This record gives sequence, C-alpha cells and structure tokens, in this order.
Amino acid sequence: MMEKVAQMIAITGAQAVAHAMRQIEPDVVAAYPITPQTPIVEYFAKFVADGVVRTEMIPVESEHSAMSAVVGAVAAGARAMTATSANGLALMHEIVYIAASTRLPVVMPVVNRALSGPINIHCDHSDTMAERDSGWIQFYVEDAQEAYDLTILSVRLAEHEHVRLPVMVNQDGFIISHGVEPVSLLPDDVVKKFVGELKPIYPLLDTEHPVTYGPLDLYDYYFEHKRQQIEAMKNVKKVFPEIAQEFFKISGRKYSFVEPYKLDDAEHVMVALGSTNGTVKYTVDKMREKGRKVGLLKIWMFRPFPKDEIQRYLTGRKSVVVLDRSASFGAEAPLYEAVKSSLYESASRPLLSSFVYGLGGRDITTENIEEAFEKSISGELVTDHEYYLGLRE
Amino acid sequence: MPLTMKKLAEVFSHKDVGLTQGHRMCPGCGAPITVKLALMTAKAMGYEPIVAFATGCMEVSSTIYPYSAWSIPYIHNAFENVSATISGVETAYRALKKRGKISPDKKYAFFAFGGDGGTYDIGLQSLSGAIERGHKFVYILYDNEGYMNTGNQRSGSTPPGAETTTAPVGKEIPGKVQLKKNIVEIIAAHEDVYAATVVVGEPMDFMSKVEKALQFDGPSFIASLSPCVRFWRIPENKTIEITKLAVQTKYWPLYEVERGVYRITRKPSKFRPVIDFVKAQQRFRLLLKRPDADAIVQRIQDYVDKRWERLLALEQATKDKPSR
Repeated sequence: MMEKVAQMIAITGAQAVAHAMRQIEPDVVAAYPITPQTPIVEYFAKFVADGVVRTEMIPVESEHSAMSAVVGAVAAGARAMTATSANGLALMHEIVYIAASTRLPVVMPVVNRALSGPINIHCDHSDTMAERDSGWIQFYVEDAQEAYDLTILSVRLAEHEHVRLPVMVNQDGFIISHGVEPVSLLPDDVVKKFVGELKPIYPLLDTEHPVTYGPLDLYDYYFEHKRQQIEAMKNVKKVFPEIAQEFFKISGRKYSFVEPYKLDDAEHVMVALGSTNGTVKYTVDKMREKGRKVGLLKIWMFRPFPKDEIQRYLTGRKSVVVLDRSASFGAEAPLYEAVKSSLYESASRPLLSSFVYGLGGRDITTENIEEAFEKSISGELVTDHEYYLGLRE
Repeated sequence: MPLTMKKLAEVFSHKDVGLTQGHRMCPGCGAPITVKLALMTAKAMGYEPIVAFATGCMEVSSTIYPYSAWSIPYIHNAFENVSATISGVETAYRALKKRGKISPDKKYAFFAFGGDGGTYDIGLQSLSGAIERGHKFVYILYDNEGYMNTGNQRSGSTPPGAETTTAPVGKEIPGKVQLKKNIVEIIAAHEDVYAATVVVGEPMDFMSKVEKALQFDGPSFIASLSPCVRFWRIPENKTIEITKLAVQTKYWPLYEVERGVYRITRKPSKFRPVIDFVKAQQRFRLLLKRPDADAIVQRIQDYVDKRWERLLALEQATKDKPSR
C-alpha cells in the first residue's frame, strides 16, 4: 500500500536523479561536472546551496579525485555518492576498481556518453561497458522514472550486508538525461524511511577500533579476496528481488533483472539496454498490429548478468536479435556475447543475431528496429555476423 | 604550550605512536622517522590521528596483508590520490559531526603522507585541489628524491647528477640534468596555506612545525627530507647526520611560509659547501668521476646560494604582510 500520494512532475532524467539524491541526502557528494552528467551536479549543488540537504559537497578538481574522495568518505563511515559520464568515468577507472574491491557501497548515477576518441558528447554505452568487469553492479534504465527509482533502490542494494558493492545506475546521455518526461516522485519521508541510515562497517573515524584499509595484498591472499567479491556479486541475485519487492510496496513499480514485454507468444525477440527499449516497445506494438509475433526482453541489470532470466525467456524462441550500443573491437559486442553464452546450455537455442547501433549518439528509429526484426524473421541473418543499424556503408 | 622532549618522553612511555614495530622498512630509513615525529606531535597535543598514505615504500612495507604496523586508523587508496582520499575522510567527519553522529569533543588530526613521487609528480593535482578547497589536513611529504620503492627511478625531486635507473649517469648524459622542483613554493602559492620544510635531523624544529600545522586553520604542508639509505647509498647510521648536512649546506633550508609570510627557522652561522653534501653520498659517485663534475656541482652551489639570498629577501619583504 502506498502511504502517501506520489508527486508527478515533468522533469529530465538528470533532474530525476538529482531529486533522488536530494531525498537520499547522502552525507557526502564529491563530483566533477562533465557533459551530459553536468545538470545532475548543478541541480544537486543548488539543493546544497539552498540548505535543502545537509550533504557536504566536495567540488573536486577531477573525476579521479571524485571517486578517490568518495572512497575516503565511505571508508570513514559516511554515505557518499558521485556521478559521471564517459571520459570522466574512464579517468576514475582505477579507483572504480578500488571502490569495488574495498567493498564500499557507493551509488553512482552514470549518464552514458560515447568514450573518446574522437571526442563526442552523445549517447552510447562504450563508457560503462569498459567498466563491466570492475566489480560494480550495473543497471541500465529506459527512462527518467527508472533512473529515479533505481538510484533510490540501489542504496539499499549496495549497502546490504551480503552485498557491500558499489552500483552504477546508467541512463542514456541526452535522450534520458536531458529529455523531459513525467516522473512520479515519492514523498521525501517515504524515501528516507526506505533507504534508512547507513550502518558503517569498520569506519575509519572510529578511533577506538582502528582498521587498516587498502593493505598490500599479495599472492597469498589476493585470490581469496577476489573470490569473496565474486560471491558478493552472486548474492545480488538473492538480495535484489527482496529489495525490489519492498520498493514495489512504497512505489507500486516493479523491478527485476529483466523486463519481458509481450513475450508470452512471441516467436521473435529483441534484447536491448537503455532508452532504446522504449522505441522497441513502440515498434513491437506496431508490428503486432500487422500480426507479427514479436516481443522484447529489456535488460535492467547487466552486472551481475541475469543468465537464468535470459535462458528462461529466450529458450525456444525462433529468433533473437541482440542490440548493442557499443562495440567490442575484435570480439562480439558485449550484450550479444553475454546473451549468446547464456544460451549455450539451452536445449532449444534460437537463431541469434547481433546488431550494433547508435554509436556516438546516432539516432535509432522505429524503421531501423522493424528492419532488424524483419530480417530476423525472414531467417536471412547469420549468427555471429555483426550487423549495423543506421550506419552508412 | 610548546612541546618538549620531556613531555614527549612522558606521553610515549605508556602510549604507542601509531606506527608500531614490525614494519619492513630498511634500517636507517628516514620515512618512518618522519611519520613518527608527526604522529607523536599530534598525539601529545591530544589529537586522534587518522592517516592516509599514497602508494610507496612506507605504504607497502607497513601493511603487508594480513599484517599492519598501524595501531591507528589508516587508509591507502592509490598512488596519485592521497589528498583526494583524505579530503573525503575529512569531509565525512564534518558531515557526520553536523548530523550529530560524531562527538564534537573528538579532536581528529587528518594526515596525508606521500613520497616525492606521490607529491611532486603523479599526486600534484590531487594535492593542489585539496589545498585549494581548504580541507583541514596536514600533508607530510617524505622526500627521498626518487622512486625508491620501485628501485631508484628519477622523480621531479631528484637533484642533478644523482644516479637513478631512468636518468643514469652515462657516457654522454651526466644523469638528471634538471633541478629539483621547488615544491614548497608551489604549495605556498595557494591561498590560505601553511607550508614548511623540515628534516628528521632537527626534531624540535620538525615538531614545532607539525604543531603549527595542526593548529593552522586550513590545509598545511610539510616537506621532510627523508634519506633513503639504500639509494642515496649512505650508511644506515648516517640518516640524521646527512639531513643536518643538507641544512648546513643550504641544500635544504629550513623555513616556513604562513599565508605568504616567510620565516627561516634555522640560520646556520657558518655554511658548508654543497660538495660536502654531495660527497657524503654514493649516489653521486659516478657524477664525481666525470670531467664535468665540478661544473655540475658548481651549478648546484650557485642555485642554493641564490635561493638562500631570495629566502632572506622574502623573509624581509613579507614580514607582517600576510596574504590575508
């Protein structure tokens, strides 16, 4: 039951995340502006300047320092957040790994932007895909509402005692971050109650119980510590549905590892990340009017990868098209590769095909999606051949 | 009240400094002495020190998992980011205090330690940013004039002619040709900062500067000349002596800059030539065999002489004229 009436307002994805941060009210935010993440930092800085939140902001001189300061703040015993995009994420890469391996529960909204070079400010997923093995949990959202919801939900997931891992909540640059949509905001006190107080483990500021963070960890223990990290990531599979259920109770909105869309009788399925799912849903509806048995499997959580759900929803379909908004040079595109390997044990594997699209912010249209579906339906696509949507060749 | 040796002896007869025995630094290394002098001062003044360390000798040698030589809270994050890391810790403290989660009576001292690699070179941006933002922390540089942790590579702090593996004294090139970066001037150029030089061979001067740094309302920076016995190629029992020699030869003048006001804290009545400092260390042995050795040593002599004259002039010019 929803305790209070939610507030519906027209805001951008960046604003939605800034509001989520306002309601979470972390102790510390350390951030450096970068297009298209900038409005998140700007809106939040205004909340701080106006005394709306008690958060202490660290206006760092780089993203490397943003993540470094967040590591220091969380180790000290605070709840801390940052946000970034593209080159900023690449600059903090070294500390992104350290945050995860130190098991610090950081939540970081990322506004996806193509990684240089050449320099480009528009959306693709090359930035966060480069961090897919960093040990962070990764969500990709379809719209501003999901960016808001999953930022709030991720606080609980990151801080769960069986997880203690950082989370990236990835929203498509400009498409979501700067697009205005109706977003339903939860009442402040409901969010505060949901996220609760951080229970710090081994805080540096507890001088009665001194701890050493970041020791030199050589061949006699490093491996065991990595194994613990692997185990913590596995625990996400158990913990996330419980937290999602609690979030459903306060919001009425359901989250899971994936979202099936018109899959019950679908013979041909598309798999995608991010805002493109909205375009695919629209196209699925249109094609169904023409009698095409098509559907969509939206991937919300990319790390840990939802292998079981992939198998459950895709086994036995006639064909599956995987859309990737980033390339893996010299190898299969990241989402395609993950979907393909998940289906290895399936008794009845669908005809799989890979489409790379939208690099550097290239628009993807309903026509592009319909074209990919039709080719897949016709059976003309060759598995493991990488196709491109919306590319001049 | 200024610290005295008597008071320190009283305090630490029943209290550990924070860095305990069992670390694996070389005998005679200047770094642990630097760390201990700083921590002793803080503890004797009633502070609870929290330490952040940049990657380097001291960091790897004091925390080999599952052991730690630290009996106080300690964090190592990476090489170039110790200042950003401590700024996160210090900000967390302010944020939690504001929310009533930390007792207002608790007196923390936030220390960041880094070697010359982590300070002059890879960590300079992070340090500059943290100082500009005005975090209340004390940065202590242990300057051993090279990347000694990884086996003596050149740094921005290595003096001309010192033998390193990446600027070796060769047949053509006489080792490093550039002068040391003047790190204290770089830091002092920030607004609202206390910056000072110290040596482990002058403990009272060292500790009075740490005391000042801790009481300073803003960020502070202390550069400690900390010999590396291994790569300065000096005997283990010469660490203290060589730093005194550095002061006596004007190689490492002891001074402080508080909000732009210069004060020289040791003015030797008689100076010794810089060649005495050079000759006392085997890291210059290959240089001294070269035909251009005299010219190179003379260049260093000219530099330290001019720098000393400038310091005297700055002391005069900035007297009672703080930047704010």
